[in-house]
Amino acid sequence: MQFMLLFSRQGKLRLQKWYVPLSDKEKKKITRELVQTVLARKPKMCSFLEWRDLKIVYKRYASLYFCCAIEDQDNELITLEIIHRYVELLDKYFGSVCELDIIFNFEKAYFILDEFLLGGEVQETSKKNVLKAIEQADLLQEEAKTPRSVLEEIGLT
Amino acid sequence: MALKMVKGSIDRMFDKNLQDLVRGIRNHKEDEAKYISQCIDEIKQELKQDNIAVKANAVCKLTYLQMLGYDISWAAFNIIEVMSASKFTFKRIGYLAASQCFHEGTDVIMLTTNQIRKDLSSPNQYDTGVALTGLSCFVTPDLARDLANDIMTLMSHTKPYIRKKAVLIMYKVFLKYPESLRPAFPRLKEKLEDPDPGVQSAAVNVICELARRNPKNYLSLAPLFFKLMTSSTNNWVLIKIIKLFGALTPLEPRLGKKLIEPLTNLIHSTSAMSLLYECVNTVIAVLISLSSGMPNHSASIQLCVQKLRILIEDSDQNLKYLGLLAMSKILKTHPKSVQSHKDLILQCLDDKDESIRLRALDLLYGMVSKKNLMEIVKKLMIHVDKAEGTTYRDELLTKIIDICSQSNYQYITNFEWYISILVELTRLEGTRHGHLIAAQMLDVAIRVKAIRKFAVSQMAMLLDNAHLIASNTQRNGICEVLYAAAWICGEFSEHLEEANQTLEAMLRPKVTTLPGHIQAVYVQNMVKLYASILQQKEQAGEKEAAQEITQLMIERLPQFVQSADLEVQERASCILQLIKYIQKLQVKEVPVAEEVIALFAGELNPVAPKAQKKVPVPEGLDLDAWINEPPSDSESEDEKPKTIFHDEEQRHSKPRHPEMDEEELARRREARKQEQANNPFYIKSSPSPQKRYQDTPGVEHIPVVQIDLSVPLKVPGMPMSDQYVKLEEERRHKQKLEKDKKKKKQKKEKRGKHHRHNSLHTESEEDIAPAHHVDIITEEMPENALPSDEDDKDPNDPYKALDIDLDKPLADSEKLPVQRHRNAEALKMPESEVPPVEKKSKKPKKKEKKHKEKEKDKGKKKEKEKKVVEEEEEEKKEEDLDFWLSTAPPPGSAAQPQSGPQTSAAVASEPEGVKKEEREEQQEEEEEDEGKKSSKHKKKKHKKEKEEKSKDKKKSKKKHHHSEEEMAESVQNGTLDDEPLPPMSSYRLLAENPYIKTTYDIQGNLQNDSQVTVSVIFENKSTSFLKSMELNVLDSLNTKMLRPEGSSVHDGIPVPFQLPPGISNEAQFVFTLQSIVMAQKLKGTLSFIVKNDEGSTHEKLDFKLHFSCASYLITTPCYSDAFAKLLESGDLHMSSIKVDGISISFQHLLAKICFHHHFSVVERVDSCASMYSRSIQGHHVCLLVKKGENSVSIDGKCSDPTLLSNLLDEMKETLSKC
Repeated sequence: MQFMLLFSRQGKLRLQKWYVPLSDKEKKKITRELVQTVLARKPKMCSFLEWRDLKIVYKRYASLYFCCAIEDQDNELITLEIIHRYVELLDKYFGSVCELDIIFNFEKAYFILDEFLLGGEVQETSKKNVLKAIEQADLLQEEAKTPRSVLEEIGLT
Repeated sequence: MALKMVKGSIDRMFDKNLQDLVRGIRNHKEDEAKYISQCIDEIKQELKQDNIAVKANAVCKLTYLQMLGYDISWAAFNIIEVMSASKFTFKRIGYLAASQCFHEGTDVIMLTTNQIRKDLSSPNQYDTGVALTGLSCFVTPDLARDLANDIMTLMSHTKPYIRKKAVLIMYKVFLKYPESLRPAFPRLKEKLEDPDPGVQSAAVNVICELARRNPKNYLSLAPLFFKLMTSSTNNWVLIKIIKLFGALTPLEPRLGKKLIEPLTNLIHSTSAMSLLYECVNTVIAVLISLSSGMPNHSASIQLCVQKLRILIEDSDQNLKYLGLLAMSKILKTHPKSVQSHKDLILQCLDDKDESIRLRALDLLYGMVSKKNLMEIVKKLMIHVDKAEGTTYRDELLTKIIDICSQSNYQYITNFEWYISILVELTRLEGTRHGHLIAAQMLDVAIRVKAIRKFAVSQMAMLLDNAHLIASNTQRNGICEVLYAAAWICGEFSEHLEEANQTLEAMLRPKVTTLPGHIQAVYVQNMVKLYASILQQKEQAGEKEAAQEITQLMIERLPQFVQSADLEVQERASCILQLIKYIQKLQVKEVPVAEEVIALFAGELNPVAPKAQKKVPVPEGLDLDAWINEPPSDSESEDEKPKTIFHDEEQRHSKPRHPEMDEEELARRREARKQEQANNPFYIKSSPSPQKRYQDTPGVEHIPVVQIDLSVPLKVPGMPMSDQYVKLEEERRHKQKLEKDKKKKKQKKEKRGKHHRHNSLHTESEEDIAPAHHVDIITEEMPENALPSDEDDKDPNDPYKALDIDLDKPLADSEKLPVQRHRNAEALKMPESEVPPVEKKSKKPKKKEKKHKEKEKDKGKKKEKEKKVVEEEEEEKKEEDLDFWLSTAPPPGSAAQPQSGPQTSAAVASEPEGVKKEEREEQQEEEEEDEGKKSSKHKKKKHKKEKEEKSKDKKKSKKKHHHSEEEMAESVQNGTLDDEPLPPMSSYRLLAENPYIKTTYDIQGNLQNDSQVTVSVIFENKSTSFLKSMELNVLDSLNTKMLRPEGSSVHDGIPVPFQLPPGISNEAQFVFTLQSIVMAQKLKGTLSFIVKNDEGSTHEKLDFKLHFSCASYLITTPCYSDAFAKLLESGDLHMSSIKVDGISISFQHLLAKICFHHHFSVVERVDSCASMYSRSIQGHHVCLLVKKGENSVSIDGKCSDPTLLSNLLDEMKETLSKC
């Protein structure tokens, strides 16, 4: 997979993950172009389109579009599966996820994606394992946070 | 100071956190930009503070802003600061920000190397994980080089969580730093058999990605992947493997044969669409790679097409789309199978989804035939009319032209119809493809001589109605067709009936609004027209009419002379002068027509597009040689103009064209004529093309008469091309009737039927003769054209660098750079502790310093060794693969060879050397049967094998070639000294009688902790045929044979093959067990029928199947750091044995333990070695083996004491035999 974009029906980018090194300018250009193309498609159209030398696989969940770019030989259906799996993971983590969850906790959405995919390849096919990893990492974060109070931090305790 | 800090943290409470920022942005919808710039100012303040929490918060906010499109590259250094925070909370944010905004151009990225290295070796697996994730996004060539070694170490981390991440990121490292591929590959390969399914799947992912780019280097892994494919149930992994095979098969067609069956099984059985789709795709790829002369695969193609039909019929648009996409791949090689689904595909043309319609259009290209072309194009024309949106309509237009013009207009039976289709297409509004239509018109008119008359009449009509085409500025794409129309009318003006009218149309003032290049063609061709009119009039003796036409030209041409376009102006003024001169002559009543027409005499032939390229370079001409020596660098700038001037002069002095002498020209002309005479497609300048045209059947109906030129282009009610469709149908029908008449006999009743049902559909392709005998002139090529179609590969392919031979053993120089000074806290590399003695080329890393001095001495010796190893490995690889590929298992058998090495072990390393030779002979015989039809390749192999055999014979029986190699393979990370190892086979005798001999081996199953697989080799020793073999065992409470569902414990399992005399084959049986701490013995019986000339008898063979504890162990590599941790953990029980009277070398001893007891060497120091293995149920077994003078002592530690003592007992037995 080359990159994954999440954007809203209004064309606002909600998440972007690039697995190929591109300059910011290129990224912006691609994003703009793709958001336009995908949003212009009618709801009953199929989820695939050929774009430059890549294949775009997208799917709409509620008000969000999930959009992935894959290479010529890649399997479109498994990419849809990946998108779906990611949505399921978000759903499990946030508890019936909505766009606002992703906006306000965008870093969490990235963390979940990073546990699921790495370098554009599926890293963990088990939902359970992904969530476990995230939970434990979160726990670590909590631990790090709790004993720290303002006073502690300034060295008064 | 403290006060300042307090102040800082109080400020912090008023800082915006991410939520505040997001909310703020949402509340400032009107002045978002202003609000955000304000926020960025705040963030800049926050970043200046010392408090890391504040910084992290700021960076987090920046990451959000970056997503909104704001540049945050200025904060790169702050991001690195946050990355290096000790608290995970902040580190996580830092790495996230880095992965979002760092790229190769980020200059501070090189500052991160040490921080990342530190994080990679952190004791906290989430620190490591977060660093790996981040790195995967921004890895640069420098980072890849510096960190490759650290990441490679992580591939053997104790935690699967880290292992899988490390494995996946290696792919990115390889891409950035291709030199790392070879050193890291052995370990990556190991990971294919990692006990953790996640790691395994990651390794499959990486190798599949690598192999897809450069498949040939990965062919040797095919057996391993085949095993994975047949054993894996994980669809994600399966898809990758199947895709990999799709890339491998074009290189090795035998692989394809082997794959077809499991793939078709999967197609039948799977419910996952993604897997089905992948299988179908790979089957298609396989079938394409197999030669087309394999009729028995039509079943597989049929299956694929059927499944695709189901996809296309599905209501899910996605499946429909993919079904069509895959169909188009089949179409290329098996058009017939697809053509039968024409109905379905035509239906898809009506789909509401444009992308599906486009896919269906692609398919149409391959579905047309002479029979249905008109029908299909008619349908497309309807779509053109209906289509909304110019892109789709343009696509339709190009498709229509593609379809019709494909393979030299092969499917067009009636060119009048085609010309009228082209004319109809000119009515399209706003198309971009005017030039395409124009090119087609020109091409057809030039190459199909018989159609010229008709084409000219149509083009004249277009010129007449040019105002319709050119009036609308929006339509300017289409005005290109006027270019073609003008040229055709001019060039073939002899066919023009109302030349005067056309000439007038071309001289209309409106023409000057056309684009310049079209006007130029107009000007040029009106002279041609003029010339032919002139001739006509002169011949008819109408002098006045001739003068009138000259006058007309002189009156109208000045409008072109004034043109702003240089080309038009030049041509027009030239011609104007010419015509003025003609007028003078006409006044003097001199006949001029002949001379004017001579200006345009001769025929223009089409030239092939590549003709220029294919002109052969004449002998003695070196195109790369300098014509003039390049000016030397010492020449000063001022001198340069002089040289240029000099050049110029020289050039002028040379003749422009190399003059060809008359003789040569004549000779060439002759040769060309000869060639044309032999070319059936070349139409010789026939005396009267017109006459031919009229001779053809059905010409009476050609509606030249029907077209009233004054009527606007569009015939109301019915498009013109439709008339031709009708006419063509009639014509065909007539043709058929004529044929039928000839047949006469008893056909009369039937003919009636045909008459009623449209005869079109019952006709076979061959019956349709083209309307006119259209000879298509082939394009001209230069004499001795070079047959070159070199496909240039893209030199910028990023994956090209990874085209690396992976089977070659590693050279000393190939190792990953290791940081030596600064990584005190880094994990100790297990390798670096291993003494250099056992270092073999397989190992990627070495301690250089110690080595260097020794190396000098050893240098030469080593090189030799290396060569030997290299050769052996090369041979072995080839043999394995060949053997694996050549033994096609009987259909449906469970006896898939597990993997290359194992099977070759089964065959190659029988305990008794004599037996082995017999075996080899058999194998050869088997292969010879196959080899009869096959290639040189195999013959070569035979030779090799024979040579090898003779070598073997010369050697003592102990030194067996194959088994040596086998050893080397199975002691993967153990020693590999140059000393030859005795032959070993893991196959033990099961039972034997005069008819049959059985040997077996037990392997633990990685996927399942309570299963082992028993592979049994059955060898027919008799001269009879053995069939209906059935194997049965008496189950114990603990160990049971896995029987198919529904059968009772008393039923045997049939062996899935029969054995002809002297043949052996292998079958596998799966056993389930509960406890594995004790060895088990199961009694069993093999029953079979012996069939020979005298009849058949029923025979039985009793056996005892011995499950040793070692057979529950799986060779698992372990690195010394992990090993040390394991020993320290303290929850292992200890036990030891000592065996006296050992005479074999320590290295042999270790090899034996590795081979028979499935251990791997962790490290070895002198005559002491630590070894590791794991049971299928996850027991760790650690051994410390020490060799004394004449004895060996083994200390074992294991999580289960019973297992350990049993294992040690078994080992004692093995060793006491030494």
